[in-house]
Amino acid sequence: MDFADTQEEAAFRQEAADWLKANAPSKQDLEGMDEIEAAKFWQKKKYDAGWACITWNKEFGGRGATAIQSVIWNQEESKYDVPQGVFQIGQGMAAPTLMTWGQPEHHERYLPKLASGEEIWCQLFSEPAGGSDLAALRTKAEKEGDDWIINGQKIWTSGAHYSDYGILVVRTDPNVAKHKGLSYFFLDMKSPGVEIKPIKQLTGGAGFNEVYFTDVRIPDSQRLGEVGQGWQVALTTLMNERAAIGGGGGGVNVDLAYKIASEVMIDGKTATQDSAVRAKLANWYVQESGLKFTGYRSMTALSKGTTPGPENSIGKLVGAPKNQEMASFCMDLMEMNGAIWDEELSKEAGLVQMSYMGSPGLRIAGGTDEIMANIIAERVLGLPQEPRMDKGMPFTDVPTGGGS
Amino acid sequence: MNFEFSEEQELLREQARGFLADNCAPSVVRGVLDSQGDYDADLWKKVAEMGWTSTVIPEEFGGLGLSYLELVVVAEELGRAVAPIPFSSSVYLATEAILANGSVEQKEKWLPKLASGEVVGTFALAEGSGRPSAESLNTRFEAGKLTGKKLPVPDGNIADFAVIVTKSDTGDGASLALVELNQEAVIRSSVRTLDFSRGHASIEFKGAEAEILGADGSGWSAMESLMDRAAVMFAWEQVGIADAALEQARDYAMGRYAFGRAIASYQAIKHKLADMYVKNTLARSNCYYGAWALNSDSSELGLAAATARVGAIQASVNAAQENVQTHGGMGFTWEFDCQFFYRRAKLLSVNIGSEGFWQDKLITAYEQSNVA
Repeated sequence: MDFADTQEEAAFRQEAADWLKANAPSKQDLEGMDEIEAAKFWQKKKYDAGWACITWNKEFGGRGATAIQSVIWNQEESKYDVPQGVFQIGQGMAAPTLMTWGQPEHHERYLPKLASGEEIWCQLFSEPAGGSDLAALRTKAEKEGDDWIINGQKIWTSGAHYSDYGILVVRTDPNVAKHKGLSYFFLDMKSPGVEIKPIKQLTGGAGFNEVYFTDVRIPDSQRLGEVGQGWQVALTTLMNERAAIGGGGGGVNVDLAYKIASEVMIDGKTATQDSAVRAKLANWYVQESGLKFTGYRSMTALSKGTTPGPENSIGKLVGAPKNQEMASFCMDLMEMNGAIWDEELSKEAGLVQMSYMGSPGLRIAGGTDEIMANIIAERVLGLPQEPRMDKGMPFTDVPTGGGS
Repeated sequence: MNFEFSEEQELLREQARGFLADNCAPSVVRGVLDSQGDYDADLWKKVAEMGWTSTVIPEEFGGLGLSYLELVVVAEELGRAVAPIPFSSSVYLATEAILANGSVEQKEKWLPKLASGEVVGTFALAEGSGRPSAESLNTRFEAGKLTGKKLPVPDGNIADFAVIVTKSDTGDGASLALVELNQEAVIRSSVRTLDFSRGHASIEFKGAEAEILGADGSGWSAMESLMDRAAVMFAWEQVGIADAALEQARDYAMGRYAFGRAIASYQAIKHKLADMYVKNTLARSNCYYGAWALNSDSSELGLAAATARVGAIQASVNAAQENVQTHGGMGFTWEFDCQFFYRRAKLLSVNIGSEGFWQDKLITAYEQSNVA
């Protein structure tokens, strides 16, 4: 038992580290670029050198790397403050779905541009009537000649406003059971009839959108899977979503909380000397360390060429609430000042307050805490699903809470 | 990355699990529990014959000379089986104390017998309620004689010798003393604890013959180092308990029907079991870290041990409690085995210092690692 790379892994790590050292952009390199431009700049640079989407086949822009090499690459890349994130849905979710369900011409046309960062994709799944119960979605598609006509509304679409393409699940048959009447498409986000409205979040920011479809036309050639097979295709996407989101969290960690605790006083001593504070920090340390070493166990499985066990699915379920609790606790440490959210006046430029305000989103996005717990209960522990009132019922007969 | 047990170690696990299924069935635990005995002597003999008591003892002292990775595999399995034997006292504490602090003569005298299971050793720190410190010790070792009282001493009734933390006027304020318990100046009496399947004693020393273990005035740091090592092995036992309790809860929830369906299909139960799984998994991964640190003599051992110990306390106590809860009224009966985990998890969680004690140690170790 050790943490050491195998010889091949060490050689690969060195190669990656060397390239990153020579090529990772500095702040000056990215000056004057907005978030998207900076991300595209870095992605293109990686692509040209063969360091983009490295597990993909060479012909699609990757280098046919193994899963463990991908982890090593991510570890090395994360040592640099390089622009990340805007390609996650396209590369991490749309691309694997295209690879599994798309035709060779789809692969040739779309995958290299996903890898190079030239085209950004978004995910059009959730709806006002279907979040955790995704298959309850109501956006409909009707066949007209070789095209499908889409009408309805999607919601919580990250990056819709800067995306070139979107993956879309719609209802093609409302008269069969809910999971059986769905089909899966991708579409050009510039198609006529697509309207994007930003959603202002409780943080004040607007990373998500509502996307409205009014008689939007999608050619049948942009369908993935058979008509009525949309749920299975969507599962491919969702499995990759959980893999892509993984660790969940960032934001406030023990190092930051300890630092803040060492800067504030309780009864004339630094808060780090208070036993209640120490106990809480210890508990969070146990969680952080537990996730880290669970990750090492998964890496070991990858290193041996096997698939990691389901233990990896706990990252988001532990990380997101922990982030919220820790942010809340750090504000408590500041006492009256904890309420101040100001870059100048707050400790750490308001990172704690920002994390506190953002953390409810982490606990919901990509599967709520409750859905994640269900997944562990059902897929890991083998417990039965709860009985479903809509099982086998034609979608049109499924009760709704009113409204539509 | 090779953060996993080897194939041989997994084979050992399989063998250990099979052995304990045959020799430490719930009826064996229940036998000790019902009679409030000290341990199962037959099981102890067989476990020693398997060589488990000799796992890390060097071959020159009659041991197998294997690594701590083998020992923690055994520890986890003993935890799963709630084995009613003095393994933790004799192997994780007494043997370790002699390995780390013993003179050649002491090693030659005790290690072969500890390896064969012929003698049982134990370790005694506590002298009453509250967190021990060198200042609070009343037990004294002077001119070869030991005086004072230790309470509670795990497996104190059956142990042949004990390693005692005593007050010292030099160094760090404490010394370790090794005392044979079968002598007139040692008065033992049984103490009832919440785990009826593991005997505990109160031991009074009235000028008992004893000898120093290690250097005078270095007992407190020796004890802390011993605790760190033992904490990793305790944590593995606790993780074994945690997983076994989760499995018992799962099996019951699958078979128990209420309102026309298995209670395992209710989210209230599913989320409870998922939460147990999450805590157990994090605890296990931290135990890997502890095992690695123990086995590689890492400078991170203090931090790794405390992390493993805190996680394992939380996971095992939670799993034991929620296992009873999942069973409903039947979980509260004497007849059901849920009580085994409920008792043992809590016993082990205070045996070498509580959650709060180890949380504090964890942050102290964290602070030291940041300075280093």
